[in-house]
Amino acid sequence: MKLRERIIEEILLSSALVTIIITVGIIWVLFSESFSFFQEVSLFDFFTDTQWTPLFTNKHFGILPLLTGTLLTTIIAIAVALPIGLTIAVYLNEYAHKEFRTWVKPLLEVLAAVPTVIYGFFALTVVTPFLQLFIPGMSGFNALSAGIVMGIMIIPFISSLSEDALYAVPKSLREAAFGLGSTRFQTAFRVLVPAASSGITASVILALSRAIGETMIVAIAAGQQPRLTANPLVPIETITAFIVQVSLGDVPHGSLEYKTIFAAGLTLFLFTFALNNISFWINKKYRQQYE
Amino acid sequence: MNNATWNRAVDKSFKYFGIACTFLGLILLGIFMVNIFTEGAQRISWQFLTSLPSRLPARAGILTAWTGSLWIFTLTGLIAIPLGISASIWLEEYGKKNPLAQFLEINISNLAGVPSIIYGILGLQIFGRMMNLENSLLAGSFTLALLILPIIIVATREAIRAVPGTIREASYALGASKWQTIWNQVLPASFSSILTGIILALARAVGETAPLIVIGALAYVPFVAQTPMDEFTVLPIQIFNWVSRPQAGFLINAAAGSLVLLCFVFFMNGVAILLRRRAQRNLKW
Repeated sequence: MKLRERIIEEILLSSALVTIIITVGIIWVLFSESFSFFQEVSLFDFFTDTQWTPLFTNKHFGILPLLTGTLLTTIIAIAVALPIGLTIAVYLNEYAHKEFRTWVKPLLEVLAAVPTVIYGFFALTVVTPFLQLFIPGMSGFNALSAGIVMGIMIIPFISSLSEDALYAVPKSLREAAFGLGSTRFQTAFRVLVPAASSGITASVILALSRAIGETMIVAIAAGQQPRLTANPLVPIETITAFIVQVSLGDVPHGSLEYKTIFAAGLTLFLFTFALNNISFWINKKYRQQYE
Repeated sequence: MNNATWNRAVDKSFKYFGIACTFLGLILLGIFMVNIFTEGAQRISWQFLTSLPSRLPARAGILTAWTGSLWIFTLTGLIAIPLGISASIWLEEYGKKNPLAQFLEINISNLAGVPSIIYGILGLQIFGRMMNLENSLLAGSFTLALLILPIIIVATREAIRAVPGTIREASYALGASKWQTIWNQVLPASFSSILTGIILALARAVGETAPLIVIGALAYVPFVAQTPMDEFTVLPIQIFNWVSRPQAGFLINAAAGSLVLLCFVFFMNGVAILLRRRAQRNLKW
């Protein structure tokens, strides 16, 4: 009986250890292939060259155009999701009936459950033609509509987590504000939001990291032309869209072109890893404050 | 207008602004659903569901795509569910406060934040090339299983944590061993919450596109996969392929394919929400 219990525990433990193997696997794969990439392309060129043309005969390996493309769509997405998500969080926390809240929260989370390939389809065939009515010169592939649709997708990340943060603010603060004659609006934006600011920041950073890693929306709607620009109306390419582009083509295994997806992937991984950990760190610090 | 009335007006208008924002996303989603429904519904027919892909939009179907998605759904579940539940049991019931468990917890939250396309790169290198599974169903399922593992673990741990300690203590008092307590008390009590998490995770796996493209899943597969070692395509990849073609006929196909995929994902989410409601109602200890 004792032995059986021990064997079961070992099996359970080894399942838990699989998660460490995954992390080690990701880091090992990205670093080992990137290492051989950087033996042929210097790090200096990688970060300073302003062109990214690994699939052309005249090859340039500057990650900057892909980085700016990624940042551009991400900034647009956050610009859409932050005001809407934060308003929803404040509304649900301060104004809405409790019943309405329990009913609308799962509905909002449906926004994050829709497959991203369908959002990409939406951006390309509905949002872009609609925007073109107002912005005549806009290209069929652009960062703007991809970013807007991505923003809609990440609304629930910001609204849910920010609402949790607002909810966690001690009741006494809210009551003190009401006691001084504040309206709900003043209480929310002058007391609760500042008090919950670290939780809200953490949620925004998490949404940011999600937007940076998002692939299908930008691969479908933002185009496949890496260019160093801040213009949201022309085709660009993000890191993730580039990886998709290479995967769809016939690039031979082991070639330098093939290795670019690992270097691009490593850049993406490091960015999201840093953002996620900043978010955890802020959240943890914030929790200690109120306990 | 004095200060107080002004403040009250701001307060009131924010209320309506809040309602508008809450429904904005849902309304946009609604508009899009109506849009793909009006375009796609005409294309949905028995012929569409049972035809192989084709160069001609009117003759193309999603047979290989939905059977591929079904294969992926099943295999991914078979790999990820036992692994995820066992890992969660260890973390919650055995490793509770030791440093290893804490390290694993940080590691798992980090894995949950890794972009899905990175899992594709991992799968390409480990399953595709090192284990020589190439672009088979098995390679795709392993990749997606790793992707949803952190999601399953987070949900399962929460479900197990919700079972009160008194249940465990009562079981020990009756002479049950640790494993007997887990198997006969803790798991049955948390079953519907665990199932909710698993369903949501599998819905996510079925909707994933990017990692499967990276491991080399094909858009054009002229046969239905028979074994886990076969090449495959899935619905999201088929939709992606149709979206990126210039002919209008393929856009209609993409709308119809999206409709099928959305129905499936919404059905899974609906079941999960109902299950969660039921679990919360029954879990008044």
